[in-house]
Amino acid sequence: MNPAPSIVFFTTASGAGYGLLFWLGLLRPLGLVPGGQGFGLTALVLALVLVTAGLLSSTAHLGNPRRAWRAVSQWRSSWLSREGVAALATYVPAGIFGLALLTDRPGLAAAMGLLAAAGAVATVYCTGMIYASLPPIRQWHHPLVVPGYLVLSAFSGAALLAMLCGFWGDGVVAVVLALLGGGAALVLKRAYWRAIDAAPPEATVESATSLGFIGKVRPLEPPHTETNYLLREMGFRIARKHAARLRHITLLAGFAAPMLLALLALLLGGGLAAAALTLAAVLALGGLLVERWLMFAEATHTVTLYYSGN
Amino acid sequence: MTCLPEIAPGQKKLGLVIDLDTCVGCQACATNCKEWNASGHSAPLPDLKPYSAGAEGVWFNRVHSFEAGEGEAGRTVHFPRSCLHCETPACVTVCPTGASYKRAEDGIVLVNADTCIGCGLCAWACPYGAREMDEDEGVMKKCTLCIDRIYNETIPEAQRQPACVLTCPTKARHFGDLGDPDSAVSRLVAERGGQPLMPELGYSPVNRYLPPRKRATPPAKPVEDAPTHMDVKNPLLRWVDRVLTRMPAMESERQV
Ligand code: SF4
Ligand code: SF4
Ligand code: SF4
Repeated sequence: MNPAPSIVFFTTASGAGYGLLFWLGLLRPLGLVPGGQGFGLTALVLALVLVTAGLLSSTAHLGNPRRAWRAVSQWRSSWLSREGVAALATYVPAGIFGLALLTDRPGLAAAMGLLAAAGAVATVYCTGMIYASLPPIRQWHHPLVVPGYLVLSAFSGAALLAMLCGFWGDGVVAVVLALLGGGAALVLKRAYWRAIDAAPPEATVESATSLGFIGKVRPLEPPHTETNYLLREMGFRIARKHAARLRHITLLAGFAAPMLLALLALLLGGGLAAAALTLAAVLALGGLLVERWLMFAEATHTVTLYYSGN
Repeated sequence: MTCLPEIAPGQKKLGLVIDLDTCVGCQACATNCKEWNASGHSAPLPDLKPYSAGAEGVWFNRVHSFEAGEGEAGRTVHFPRSCLHCETPACVTVCPTGASYKRAEDGIVLVNADTCIGCGLCAWACPYGAREMDEDEGVMKKCTLCIDRIYNETIPEAQRQPACVLTCPTKARHFGDLGDPDSAVSRLVAERGGQPLMPELGYSPVNRYLPPRKRATPPAKPVEDAPTHMDVKNPLLRWVDRVLTRMPAMESERQV
């Protein structure tokens, strides 16, 4: 599948934003992050900026962006529509959360923070389901895809939260969460890659043509000599050459290095900790961009069976 | 509305039956499809760079050729590919706007170009590559089963068929109601063992493909003319030939 930059950026940025919103809404009432107004507002603004930038970038992918509002109408059947509804709905408690912080109403802030956290989980779940509900793409139509989106969003959100906590000099809980998130992401992604590498394809060129009863089927002549929308959108092949290396980059730079830096921050404390945690967050987000790019580039669509036989 | 219509038994299911035995891969169906639909219900079907290298465009029907099997059992099969108007297609349910829909009355799957936002998700959801984006207008396009021909009362009744079916020079394409077990197309499918494509993905495609027929048993090998004695010009060799002909043959030779 073609890794359109707008979608790669969208799922990474808004995933991290929703992760940050989730942890902020959840941990603040429990007193596990700095409780002051400044911290709350900074974290909330960062989360909403990331979420909004991601959502706006995703509309750049549309053929008719001015009609984007129509996309919230089919929530009964479409996960993309549900994602839109959940994303818009989450702005309501998140906005009131911000107002409550500004006007210093702790009770309201706690309640709205928790609601916003729930909205963040729902939105990321819908994002994962968009991909998981596409049977022609076996690497996406997989039980580990939705957990992957949730865990990576939680990890990148925790890395951002840890960075902010580092600046406020009160980061232990967030740093531990980032460590746990990184560990979970590492285990889950490795399990996912092992599973998709081992799974035999469900559909074959034989079943795609109904000619398997004769014997093995090979494409002889394509229907057109030039490329087309299908091949550009679904026949993307560049990444497979570098897949193994890019997977290592994701695991090392995206997950392992931020975890090491987080450990270092726990040991160092002070200004150095803030610097290490900032670097960790940047690496985590960079690693996730590579991971999301791979998620597309490694995915194969059944239409390529007709063109290349596999 | 992107929820699928309920499937009632005996419901009308319009679709195509394509005979892989007689299709010769001439591309006439694809060409006539493009011709009709370039000004039909989903018009236009744009072409990018039509007069230079890299020409490409939106087509509803694409004719592939495959080789199947090895050696003497192997065959070349031409294979037209278009929307199968599936009964339970995810291309409809994933659509966030309701632009992609399946008609309850005849099962035809269509796109409403006025509400489509061009997100492309339905093309990802179609296993068969039956949807192509009109990149000029930013909306998705697909086979309409020539909805503007089959119900068109301004053309003679005999022509109320999809353009691809009418044009096929070998009559490899058939159109009809596959929901009615007594229709001509349903009987054809029953007789010839018509197949669905990728049934394992659960889309329940309506169109069927008739498998290439088994070859007639190949004729016996051609036999060489047995030479007569008079073919041997040299008298000595002619005598040897006679002697050898009278001798009893060995077991292995007798079978030749
Ligand atoms: S062939 Fe593709 S576009 Fe046509 S109904 Fe089936 S899934 Fe939808
Ligand atoms: S491209 Fe158009 S028809 Fe297809 S899913 Fe998106 S809005 Fe629906
Ligand atoms: S017009 Fe008929 S014979 Fe020619 S490619 Fe189409 S189906 Fe095959």
